[in-house]
Amino acid sequence: MAPARTMFEKIWDRHVIAEEEGETLLYVDRCLIHEGSRHTYDKLKRENRTIAEPDKIFAFSDHYVPTDPKQRDTGVEAIPDEKIRGMVKLLASNATSSGIHFYGIDDPQQGILHVAGPELGASIPGILLVGADSHTSTHGALGNWSFGAGASEIFHIMVTQTIWQRKPKTMRITVDGKLGFGVHSKDVILAIIAKIGHGGGAGHVIEYAGSTFRDMSVEQRMTVSNMSIEAGGRAGMIAPDDKTFAFVEGREFAPKGKAWDKALAYWKTLPSDDDAVFDTEVSLNGAEIAPTVTWGTNPETAMPISGHVPSPEDATTADKKAEIEGMLEYMGLKPGMALSDIEIDKVFIGSCTNSRIEDLRAAAEVAKHGKAKIPAWIVPGSTPIKHQAEAEGLDKIFTAAGFEWRAAGCSLCTALNGDKLQPGERSASTSNRNFRGRQGRGGRTHLVSPAMAAAAAITGKLTDVRTILQGGK
Amino acid sequence: MEAFTTLKGIAAPIDFANVDTNQICPTEFNKVPFGDPFYPKVLFHYLRFNADGTEIPDFILNKEPFRNAKIIVADRNWGGGSSRESAVYALMFFGVRCVIASSFGDIHHNNCLQNGVLPVKLPQETCVKLREQIHADPGRDIAVDLEAQTVTGPDGEIYRFDINPVPKRCLLQGLDAIGRTLQFKSDIEAFSKKHHDEVPFLAQPGAA
Ligand code: SF4
Repeated sequence: MAPARTMFEKIWDRHVIAEEEGETLLYVDRCLIHEGSRHTYDKLKRENRTIAEPDKIFAFSDHYVPTDPKQRDTGVEAIPDEKIRGMVKLLASNATSSGIHFYGIDDPQQGILHVAGPELGASIPGILLVGADSHTSTHGALGNWSFGAGASEIFHIMVTQTIWQRKPKTMRITVDGKLGFGVHSKDVILAIIAKIGHGGGAGHVIEYAGSTFRDMSVEQRMTVSNMSIEAGGRAGMIAPDDKTFAFVEGREFAPKGKAWDKALAYWKTLPSDDDAVFDTEVSLNGAEIAPTVTWGTNPETAMPISGHVPSPEDATTADKKAEIEGMLEYMGLKPGMALSDIEIDKVFIGSCTNSRIEDLRAAAEVAKHGKAKIPAWIVPGSTPIKHQAEAEGLDKIFTAAGFEWRAAGCSLCTALNGDKLQPGERSASTSNRNFRGRQGRGGRTHLVSPAMAAAAAITGKLTDVRTILQGGK
Repeated sequence: MEAFTTLKGIAAPIDFANVDTNQICPTEFNKVPFGDPFYPKVLFHYLRFNADGTEIPDFILNKEPFRNAKIIVADRNWGGGSSRESAVYALMFFGVRCVIASSFGDIHHNNCLQNGVLPVKLPQETCVKLREQIHADPGRDIAVDLEAQTVTGPDGEIYRFDINPVPKRCLLQGLDAIGRTLQFKSDIEAFSKKHHDEVPFLAQPGAA
């Protein structure tokens, strides 16, 4: 009998071309890029190389595009900052001249690569997908192996359709139980990172297992897998099931006809065998997870909204003490203050973590209960999601509640397109990184779920969304 | 890629943990073209420079002799976060060819190896000790010998480090990965054909 294998090992085995000195050459099925690929294209030009299989490469204008709807309507030439405009145009010319799939600023299918990619069917179960972006782990929620790489490795993939890897270790994170009222998949992944730490998944491919994930929609699973990298993981994945197949079926680049039937039969063999062994096992009780926020400058500083900002005195080592002191200073917080007393200047609901239709619905549900006291942006993850939300009337709910309804892109997640926090400004953000300067120099970021972000908009403070939803009944 | 054999020079201590690639190269500099004359200023830009472009004198890389650092001795979890290769370019164009830390972000670690920057993993106690020694006596050099896989501290103490054989060979010879991979050209072609035949639904977007 064949030895029991994890899902990761099955996908790995399927893609092995050759081995040499402990490294394995693997075939890459799909590659996703964005405007940041300028370094890759520069290298192709410098070294006079061509792209091996352009039909396997998908490019998206997302990081640099403006999300101000008026600016978007007037097109790329209207982008005021010359350098930003240059980045958007550079991708367009590189992508079109090299014959890859391209979704530019005014394409109806444009969006953040990790949102639009799955919508197009560019990511499907079983494939090896590499993206020019660390949050490529998102796609693993569909039951594939997806990870991010830098410009040189993307260059290597473009030229050879392959990548060298040392086999990573495997970690299984099992969460069972029904999530409580007001608790979302974002809270689950923040609770996981708080438990295993910012580097807890280093060197591992993480598989998320258990009833909590099985109960989630595919969109919610993507929120979880997206942040695998914030736990240091090489990738994150979730076994494909009927929900996954229903999500994928009929999308433009999904298999069709006979190929679909064969794909389905194959995909059903992907889940980890019952007796497969993982290098590391972690488990959490889903029912105990509360709405969660981060207070510091890495996602490991997540804690339930009922908690308090820690004190350097709580630290067990000198290192940890210095780290807490540094974070408190940067974040402008006092030890012991209640998280729910932290006043917020700006709310951002968007990013490849939380900009899908269900995220917007969850935020809209909260927005119905009040009016935004502070600037609050809703930035859909893709143009199709924007249109769907408008068809559902969500944009009306948001604008009636004083939220700003914007066009699709990365926006304030990374502050590349000019949307950014001012020094000292504090955000409640549904994105994935609260690093120093991530949302603009000196900006302070608290990571939250879309529902919690909408709650903060209404009260102007970090707020337990349950009090709003219940109070409004 | 420039070969890496031995390196001796000033090592700058970076005492805080979790230095992500966004601190090494703030996002706004991702768009700076490779080799641009501005690049030496990218490294740790927000910690080195005020918004008006003046230097922040307290930051270690703005002090002598660390302005000329060729090596960085860091703490744990160096280079987590974004996959931006510009973080490695920032190190290179500042003049840093080696980073010593007790752990690294995977993608950044790889990006370093792809560009001839040597990531050296040493135990946390060693990193702390080396930094203390440097602070105590800032002018003393640290030496790195890739062939022998050793770091020599300011006091002459020698530490061994591990590195996988392939990146070691590539660094020593200044080889980039493409040349190596193209030696497998016929294997890749044979695999691609088999892959498209056996699992076309994986291999081919939109297979019918
Ligand atoms: S939304 Fe943020 S994390 Fe996601 S791809 Fe864009 S910049 Fe990266």
